[in-house]
Amino acid sequence: MFEAILLTVITASTPLVIASLGELVTERAGVLNLGVEGMMIMGAVCAFAAAQLTGSPHLGILAGILGGAIFSLLFGFLTLTLVANQVATGLALTILGLGLSGQIGEAFVGQPGVKLPPIVIPLLSDIPFVGRVLFSQDLTFYLSIALVIGINWFLFRSRTGLKIRAIGDSHASAHALGINVIRTRYLAVMFGGACAGLAGAQLSLVYTPQWVENMSAGRGWIALALVVFASWRPWRVLAGGYLFGAVGVGQLHAQAFGVGLPSQLLSALPYAATIVVLIIISHNRRTTLINTPASLGKPFVPDR
Amino acid sequence: MKKLIIALAASAALLGGFSTGAQAQEKKKVCFIYVGSKTDGGWTQAHDLGRQELQKALDDKIETPFLENVPEGPDAERAIERMARSGCAMVFTTSFGFMDATVKVAQKFPDVKFEHATGFKSAPNLATYNSRFYEGRYIQGQIAAKMSKKGLAGYIASFPIPEVVMGINAFELGAKSINPNFKLKVVWANTWFDPGKEADAAKALIDQGVDILTQHTDTTAPMQVAAERGILAFGQASDMIAAGPKTQLTAIVDTWGAYYIKRTKALLDGTWKSEQIWDGLKDGILTMAPYTNMPDDVKAMAEETEAKIKSGELHPFTGPINKQDGTAWLAAGEKAQDGVLLGMNFYVEGVDDKLPQ
Amino acid sequence: MRIELEKRARVSTLFSILSPLLALALTLVFGAIMFWLLGKNPLNALYVYFVEPLLEVWSLHELAIKAAPLILIGVGLAVCYRSNNWNIGAEGQFTIGAITGSILPVLYPDWHSPMILPLMLIMGMVGGALYAGIPALLKTRFNTNEILTSLMLVYIAQLYLDWLVRGLWRDPQGYNFPQTKSFQVEAVLPEILSSGRAHWAFVFAIIAAVALWFMMRFMLKGFEVSVLGQSERAGRFAGFSARRMVWFSMLLSGALAGLAGISEVSGSIGHVQPTISPGYGFTAIIVAFLGRLNPLGIIASGLVLALTYLGGEAAQLSIGISDKVSRVFQGLLLFFVLSCDTLIHYRIRLIVAGTKPVEVKA
Repeated sequence: MFEAILLTVITASTPLVIASLGELVTERAGVLNLGVEGMMIMGAVCAFAAAQLTGSPHLGILAGILGGAIFSLLFGFLTLTLVANQVATGLALTILGLGLSGQIGEAFVGQPGVKLPPIVIPLLSDIPFVGRVLFSQDLTFYLSIALVIGINWFLFRSRTGLKIRAIGDSHASAHALGINVIRTRYLAVMFGGACAGLAGAQLSLVYTPQWVENMSAGRGWIALALVVFASWRPWRVLAGGYLFGAVGVGQLHAQAFGVGLPSQLLSALPYAATIVVLIIISHNRRTTLINTPASLGKPFVPDR
Repeated sequence: MKKLIIALAASAALLGGFSTGAQAQEKKKVCFIYVGSKTDGGWTQAHDLGRQELQKALDDKIETPFLENVPEGPDAERAIERMARSGCAMVFTTSFGFMDATVKVAQKFPDVKFEHATGFKSAPNLATYNSRFYEGRYIQGQIAAKMSKKGLAGYIASFPIPEVVMGINAFELGAKSINPNFKLKVVWANTWFDPGKEADAAKALIDQGVDILTQHTDTTAPMQVAAERGILAFGQASDMIAAGPKTQLTAIVDTWGAYYIKRTKALLDGTWKSEQIWDGLKDGILTMAPYTNMPDDVKAMAEETEAKIKSGELHPFTGPINKQDGTAWLAAGEKAQDGVLLGMNFYVEGVDDKLPQ
Repeated sequence: MRIELEKRARVSTLFSILSPLLALALTLVFGAIMFWLLGKNPLNALYVYFVEPLLEVWSLHELAIKAAPLILIGVGLAVCYRSNNWNIGAEGQFTIGAITGSILPVLYPDWHSPMILPLMLIMGMVGGALYAGIPALLKTRFNTNEILTSLMLVYIAQLYLDWLVRGLWRDPQGYNFPQTKSFQVEAVLPEILSSGRAHWAFVFAIIAAVALWFMMRFMLKGFEVSVLGQSERAGRFAGFSARRMVWFSMLLSGALAGLAGISEVSGSIGHVQPTISPGYGFTAIIVAFLGRLNPLGIIASGLVLALTYLGGEAAQLSIGISDKVSRVFQGLLLFFVLSCDTLIHYRIRLIVAGTKPVEVKA
């Protein structure tokens, strides 16, 4: 049974991990995009529509990524080119995304979806327990792990990653050093959108292969919370995402097991847990300050 | 561009008199207000299908405008008042949470007829209507007891309101009428609508060993999970066979259309009066989706039970029934009062859960 | 071709006035095209959307009801944001304010005293403030990010309300349905005029907006807010304490959100139920920014946003424009307003590759 629970947790946590990894890169570049929920739901509807129309869930995944990335450009244009306020624009993006996805998806409601098939890795999947849990998953899970490793390397070991962090810490100095702040931020925003879109695609092609309005049901907000929870560290995003997923799934199991606690209390647990862990993490003032992008959410206009 | 200019000019002409409502003078407006999206795949969609059926049946006599995604509370009151003011002759308010708003607007507009779904407050121009979903749940329980190898079913519940508790109890009673030791595990998802969470709840129940699944939430996600895991399940609110062709045993299908047509005809005839209607299988306000994925004898049993409920021979809540803690509730042959059912806040014996208070 | 911005030496007064009008014009044009593409008469649609709701008295009352919580919460948040404290959990403070404010009528339904209403309002404000005090405490004590904690507390507040009305506070005569008894007459926030439903929450909102405008403009406290918001260092030199500002701004915005919560429950709903807000606390964040974090501007933006809700409803009912389209339209409006505001602080140049910069806007 432990194995089965673990599989449920993985499916529940993967979209959270992917979306918040994208937002992590965006925020590392100093941009706060609160529109994750909107980009995620756009990814979900684009992915589902493409998969239905072409019959290929893989094209669906691609469409989800593109959908999220293109939608995030709207946010990029407003906040980067026109330096509109990021918090308000992000919220507006969510409103627009929820409306637009509902409109696009109207034709697809009630259709049984195509599920993304698992990729069973030869040999490795024969390892008892671990093989079934880790090496018989679908593409999105492997991508989520690859993203954690890749982003960790990219941000802290590559030149471009260093640039991104420099921009996030002080866009003025980065600009003075000759880094193209706006262009880099555009790419970071689009990367965030692509990840949110991929997370949405996971929802409508893996988690629950169907399309219904508002099916992201607040997961974008949780992903957003996870970034701060993880204090902008990719590995902590992974840990946090799984913690969140595990508490959510665990409370359902506790109920089925007959633990007689009010279900509202159990539902509130993940949120309370986040606050507690957050206090523990941020208690150490120094580590938080090191990781927090100092120019997060601040507008930037290059001097000429 | 030219086209746009023409369109603008044409609309300007139309705007002149603002008499867009005039051509519809003869048609009566029968209006609907929904708490969710009309394509939510569940509760609201069922009401909207009923509305479409009504429109089709009486197309030459009525119009059926609607408002969707209306939050419960002051927004609902405004939305309902807007309907009354815009000339609706009758307004169906299709969520329990619209109750007080409907009552308030009904007082202000005595000439407009109101019908509120699943509530308990009425007035001379305000009727209430509801469906005896528990009749379908009882049949499902019987099927589950026949089909389950382990004698254990899982129930994904939304919120502990009487409606849901009643359904759980009816399911358990149906099951026990076949297998006295039948057990029912309940998980409260605390949502009507979150495919992911519903899927997780389904998986949790299956992992804990249930081999039949039923749900009182709105999306087809649990059905999909059941199909994937190769167990059987029941659909909710609409026929979910598309999500589980080899999985769905039957589904409780909300077929409000018959009721809407009946009441609208009464309105047009002038015979409408305020009633508190609680219709069941026999009135066609709910129907059972085809009995599939089961042997013929089980199907025959289900059909027989359905016939007996329709004829009034069988009432699912007939004693002897004990409450969960073993104390007596109904004596042998005693039938539960409607009032007690509508306020139900206790489990019957055999439900393996503690009712959230 | 690309777009370049150039910071204006001074804030443009012209564009402060012109930008919202420009945004409105753009929204109207885009909206008209959108409605036309959907096969609707564009002028009629826009008329139903923006004008019709303003023509009838009852509808104006509804506008006030819808705008009141948005303005009340929005002005509190504006002070918060100006001081660089990011309270995005007003929805939770709204909910807790509604709960604490409702303690008296729920527990003492037979207490018929004129004292009850003022007490309720005060308790609502205290509840909202205390709940906003949690992220303030965590921020000042543990340096915990308030965006996250205040957001998490929203969910906890909503679940607590849910638990309360489904259990402890449930009306014993209510067939077990999840809501409390209706409040006694003395506990209901009265209507302002006899011509419609608008109640005193709107008056509170206007008073709060004007008072905070006065504070920000003419009082030392307002100066303190701006200085600390722009630079904590500068604030310290001036002798202001950022820590105290966290408390001040969070408690203030929490109290106003709490007041909005109890006013909504007492004036508009009349009892407590599981859902008491269609996301006012979040929408108010947008309202605050649309109003450019200026309390008087927020009155206007609150009313405009409320109008889009009413208009969307009217359009759905009379010309069959779906609520999704309404939301898209709302999103468009927000985008245009946000982007046009750029013109207040910046000049915009269009640069076509290979040519000299062309000045497009003054």
